[in-house]
Amino acid sequence: MSLRRLTAVIVKELRQLRRDRLTFAMIVGIPLLQLVLFGYAINMDVRGIDAAVLDQANTARSREVVAEIGSSQILNLRYQLSNPQQMDSLLRQGKISAALVIPRDFEARLESQGSLPQDRLSQGRLPLQLIVDGSDQSVQASARQLASYPLPGWESRQGVELVNFYNPERLAALNTVPGLIGVILTMTMVMFTAIALVRERERGNMEMLITTPLSPWELTLGKVLPFVGIGLLQVTVILLTGRLLFEVPIRGSLLELYGASLLFIAASLALGVFISTLAQTQFQAMQVAVFTFLPQILLSGFMFPFAGMPKAAQWIAELLPLTHFLRLARGIMLRSAGLIDLWPEILALLVFTVLMLSLAVTRVSKHLD
Amino acid sequence: MPGTDVVIQASGLTKRFGQLTAVDNLNLRVRRAEVFGFLGPNGSGKSTTIRMLCGLLLPSAGEIEVFGYQIPRDAEALKRRIGYMTQKFSLYDDLSVVENLGFLATVQGLDRGAARKRIAELLERYWLGDQRQQLAGTLSGGQRQRLALAGAVLHKPDLLLLDEPTSAVDPQSRREFWESLFELADAGTTLLVSTHYMDEAERCTRLGILDNGRLVADGSPRALLDALPGQPLLIECAQPRQAKHALRDCSEVLAMAQIGLALRVLVASEDARGPIEQRLRDAHIDAQIKSTEANLEDVFVSVTRQPVQAQR
Repeated sequence: MSLRRLTAVIVKELRQLRRDRLTFAMIVGIPLLQLVLFGYAINMDVRGIDAAVLDQANTARSREVVAEIGSSQILNLRYQLSNPQQMDSLLRQGKISAALVIPRDFEARLESQGSLPQDRLSQGRLPLQLIVDGSDQSVQASARQLASYPLPGWESRQGVELVNFYNPERLAALNTVPGLIGVILTMTMVMFTAIALVRERERGNMEMLITTPLSPWELTLGKVLPFVGIGLLQVTVILLTGRLLFEVPIRGSLLELYGASLLFIAASLALGVFISTLAQTQFQAMQVAVFTFLPQILLSGFMFPFAGMPKAAQWIAELLPLTHFLRLARGIMLRSAGLIDLWPEILALLVFTVLMLSLAVTRVSKHLD
Repeated sequence: MPGTDVVIQASGLTKRFGQLTAVDNLNLRVRRAEVFGFLGPNGSGKSTTIRMLCGLLLPSAGEIEVFGYQIPRDAEALKRRIGYMTQKFSLYDDLSVVENLGFLATVQGLDRGAARKRIAELLERYWLGDQRQQLAGTLSGGQRQRLALAGAVLHKPDLLLLDEPTSAVDPQSRREFWESLFELADAGTTLLVSTHYMDEAERCTRLGILDNGRLVADGSPRALLDALPGQPLLIECAQPRQAKHALRDCSEVLAMAQIGLALRVLVASEDARGPIEQRLRDAHIDAQIKSTEANLEDVFVSVTRQPVQAQR
């Protein structure tokens, strides 16, 4: 391994990257685009669901409750109904996705709820009913939140209320941004390295390089190292934008967050290097990269809650680096955990990196065949 | 240990890709400062042989020794002494001329000062001074070829392997390119060039003709011409294709090739004239038969029997 040859490859790589405007734009553009998309558009917390109110009690307290729920903005209370038949037809026509029903004995139910002992709470009849268009999953999810909404005058016992400790304002961005760091790094690191390495072979540069003293590992390392810098740049872009647009906090140590990112970048680059040894063309490299990318996004807990997945899916998820980085990033950013608290995740990322590189070593050769 | 003058010594060299035998039991000896030409049609095994000689491909069987190094075992040590110019342009399209050469200079281990001097020298020798800041991808075919040559000789290799270096270049550039090659040979560099151009083959000091992976002729162009079994006749007529058809299974004809409105026929001896005239008369073809000077085309055709085979 010669430092001069390694530097020569890095300098060459940076020069090529500077001329490749599209890639360069993607390096900064992808994080920004995704952050805005996931932060704003793909908001799992649906707000402004069209709804109707059927207030059969019509007391001062029930009206208070309706006003309170209306001001939560989760439901957009467009219709005041007088009978259940109206509700049925509105739901069926799709004019509303939910209906808030206040039964005639609302006051009585409220009273009994308050007087029940803590351990028999669930046996009481709940004072409010929310009828939901079950065909829309996102509406269902929002309704679940509403069910735990604290009602005025209802001495809500702690056993019922859902406590959202780390994200009290229910901001999706807060959960999304730490995960997004991982998703964006996965996309760019794995794909760009795999493509960059295969490009040399596809364009025929490799045939010439093999007959020079440059070793395959100097070439690989020289091509991969610039991406470490690029990865850290992307982390910075996401953190800054997350801060500016969504006020995402970093409650733990910034240095440790960068440390965790660096480790994840290494794991992703190792995966990229391994993929490059499988693919013959840049297009193949891209396909394989996407193939590894999908399960990571779907199973890591970024898209769907990890705890809700079947056991088999959880086992697969444990093999994916993004799963572990997600825990690291959320831990450090939202729960101010330290790297030491999260050592199993670090170990997992290290093992993954070493494994991928070892696999790649057995496949890299200095021959064409 | 072969004589010190021998640069490449290969024996029984064979390369198989699955069912296909690309190079078949090839024996080769190239001496110092020779311009050794590999002549052969596409797919005859030229590139594969060159790639095995510089350690890029592992032979399926056979021995290779270059500068006394066992290949592929000592391929790493050999790398500092050889230059390889690939068939396809293999420098970086998105780097400038100077950046490409600078990268190669560092990779080849030249220090900064030596690299600068050597690059300036090469830019001048290969007329690339005006294009020094131009991206390699925007150069003309001839310029790219000269840049690739500059890259291949940057570290002053003792042996230069060139795989069809002029296949994408106009005739004027080809002539200039060959001038550059002779300059290198004069300076003591051994050259091994593959080509399918006859005029380029004539310029080589020695020639190896490859056919279906086998070396079917090996010698100086003069020696190959002298060893030609028989002599060529030129049959001029209005219908060369019909003439060719008429002579198709004439036993005296060793090989045939149509050149414009003439048919070049290789015959064992002058005595074949009579039977050929007879056959053409029978076919009602009015033709003139002349003796002509043998050239490498005849040698190539006679050793590969390509055109005759193609007719069957």
